[in-house]
Amino acid sequence: MELVEAIILAVLAASTPLLIAGTGELVTERSGVLNLGVEGMMIVGAACGFAGAWLTGSIFIGALFGIVAGTLMSLIFALMALGLAVNQVATGLALTILGVGLSGLIGAGFVGERITPAIHLAIPGLTDMPLIGRVLFGEDAFVYFSIALVIGVWWFLYRTRAGLILRACGDNHVSAHALGYPVLRIRTFAVMFGGACAGLAGAYLPLAYTPFFIPGMTAGRGWIALALVVFSSWRPGRLVVGAYLFGAVTILQLHAQGWGVGIPSQFMSALPYLATVIVLVLLSRARTGGSTAPAALGTVFVPDR
Amino acid sequence: MQLVLEKRAERSKTIALVSPLIAIGLTIITMVILFAILGKNPMLALHAYFIAPLTDGYSLQEIAVKATPLVMIAIGLSLCYLANAWNIGAEGQFLIGAVAGSWIAVKTQGTDAGAWVLPVMLVLAAAAGALYALIPAICKVKFGASEILTSLMLVYVADLFLDYLVRGPWRDPHGFNFPTTAEFDPVATVPLLIEGGRLHLGSIIALLVVAAAAILLGRTIKGFEIRVVGAAPRAARFGGFNANQLVILTFAVSGALAGLAGIIEVAGPVGHLQPGISPGYGFTAIIVAFLGRLNPLGILIAGLFLALTFIGGEQAQIAMKIPLDVTKVFQGILLFYVLACDSLILYRFKLVFPNRQVARGIG
Repeated sequence: MELVEAIILAVLAASTPLLIAGTGELVTERSGVLNLGVEGMMIVGAACGFAGAWLTGSIFIGALFGIVAGTLMSLIFALMALGLAVNQVATGLALTILGVGLSGLIGAGFVGERITPAIHLAIPGLTDMPLIGRVLFGEDAFVYFSIALVIGVWWFLYRTRAGLILRACGDNHVSAHALGYPVLRIRTFAVMFGGACAGLAGAYLPLAYTPFFIPGMTAGRGWIALALVVFSSWRPGRLVVGAYLFGAVTILQLHAQGWGVGIPSQFMSALPYLATVIVLVLLSRARTGGSTAPAALGTVFVPDR
Repeated sequence: MQLVLEKRAERSKTIALVSPLIAIGLTIITMVILFAILGKNPMLALHAYFIAPLTDGYSLQEIAVKATPLVMIAIGLSLCYLANAWNIGAEGQFLIGAVAGSWIAVKTQGTDAGAWVLPVMLVLAAAAGALYALIPAICKVKFGASEILTSLMLVYVADLFLDYLVRGPWRDPHGFNFPTTAEFDPVATVPLLIEGGRLHLGSIIALLVVAAAAILLGRTIKGFEIRVVGAAPRAARFGGFNANQLVILTFAVSGALAGLAGIIEVAGPVGHLQPGISPGYGFTAIIVAFLGRLNPLGILIAGLFLALTFIGGEQAQIAMKIPLDVTKVFQGILLFYVLACDSLILYRFKLVFPNRQVARGIG
């Protein structure tokens, strides 16, 4: 029982950055913009988040640093891909390359330093309940926030007028423009939201997951978040399922390494990446009846006047 | 004040030529600011980055050595990107090529195997790289899975596979437990061009690859098809070109070139297989491809330029304690400026003030 509880806790912790970053990218993509720079925004968020927490001693300020850093990175993307109509795939790649370098530069002074990680909720009575107590009432704030974030995004996309307009921009920017909606401005906000989420997801790693910063600590999580958005068919509900599934794969392979299954650890470590490829193939195959992707995803839009 | 894009009637040829130069200029200005922020003398830093490596023979050779994998990979990537197929997993194909070629080197170690070893290594590496690149290509063509994500995921897989080999079955028994194979035998090593120097046969192969790509794109029907499928997919369909077949072809070619680059790096400058054989060649090559305007000759020049930044970065680190990550920042910023300047080929940038008066046109 102890072990099951420990595994569930670890899965939630491993899934949370994927869920936060994926939710942000889902909104970005729903507005019709493909920002492949999630990994870059995350890693900068991780470096800045750690720097903020180390300098001020506050996890909350660290998280804010991460959010601001991710947003600033996404603004570079917005300027390029929306302002200057540059190919979104290439711009996203550039953002990742830049982010990896910047995070190394920012984080260099903090390698080897430690902070007190984010505290976990503790409600006397509830948190002590066997099995579900710690899972439901003993998480850190990021975990609860990530769930609130997904619900909020679902509500925004499907229950508000603004969400409808955002989705319209993603499905047909020409029509949205003709109806008088400021497509590029809406997309810029969507990109910034994605950047803020990616920055926060990155900051989660050194603030709650491990209490220190190492260069390259995102280890491809940004890319997995991108794959999760495809997995989710651009729907928040399925994104939750996908994120926790991937978290489970990550944790199970770690435990399998610990149990000394006769498989080299590198093969187990490769599992989350291989699982991503397999899932992408299976899902794309199941979807031969027509794509569920936002119709205008990744296309350049230059309003004529 | 608002920035507005205005489509040009036709591509600006002048800007197509000068845009990489504008991009490099803007990058250098940005770097000066960055150096100043880091508290380093910008002029000395620029000298260390761009001038010092050009002043001695050893560094010049080293630039050619570093440019070799960059140019080979970027040529392959440019074919993909021209055909609108997004292979961003060249790093993985590079590693798998290195692994496949090393297999022969490791198995023949200490035997009296003849001169056939190196050619077989090169062929095997190219084949392995091509096969590895075919995984995302086939997933894309058959199942519609995004080649961007699958090719990138396979980079991590290749990295872990190499790590397993050099820590497990292929580890040098006399290597003090370091994760590395034994030093390759002379027959499994890429020969040097100058005795005692650094320049090796791989650079000649890279030049041949550039020439072959120039002929393919400029003089053959296949090259024409690649360019049309990317630039005008509708026209390509009317022309009866098979876009899926071109995705497979360009991925296979770029994978083969990346794999070849991988084994040349391992059997050449490195001399044995170990983790970290690539300082991100597969990703830097993406920048090389774009900076070179997806044109073979341009890529050759761009490859040499980015190799210069690698060497300059190392020298700046030694001489001025500038962190190596500055090189990555530099490369990322450069790619941004290149892409932004490329936008000038198709559009005019205009600043518009709220009262709708055109204030100033750029370009």
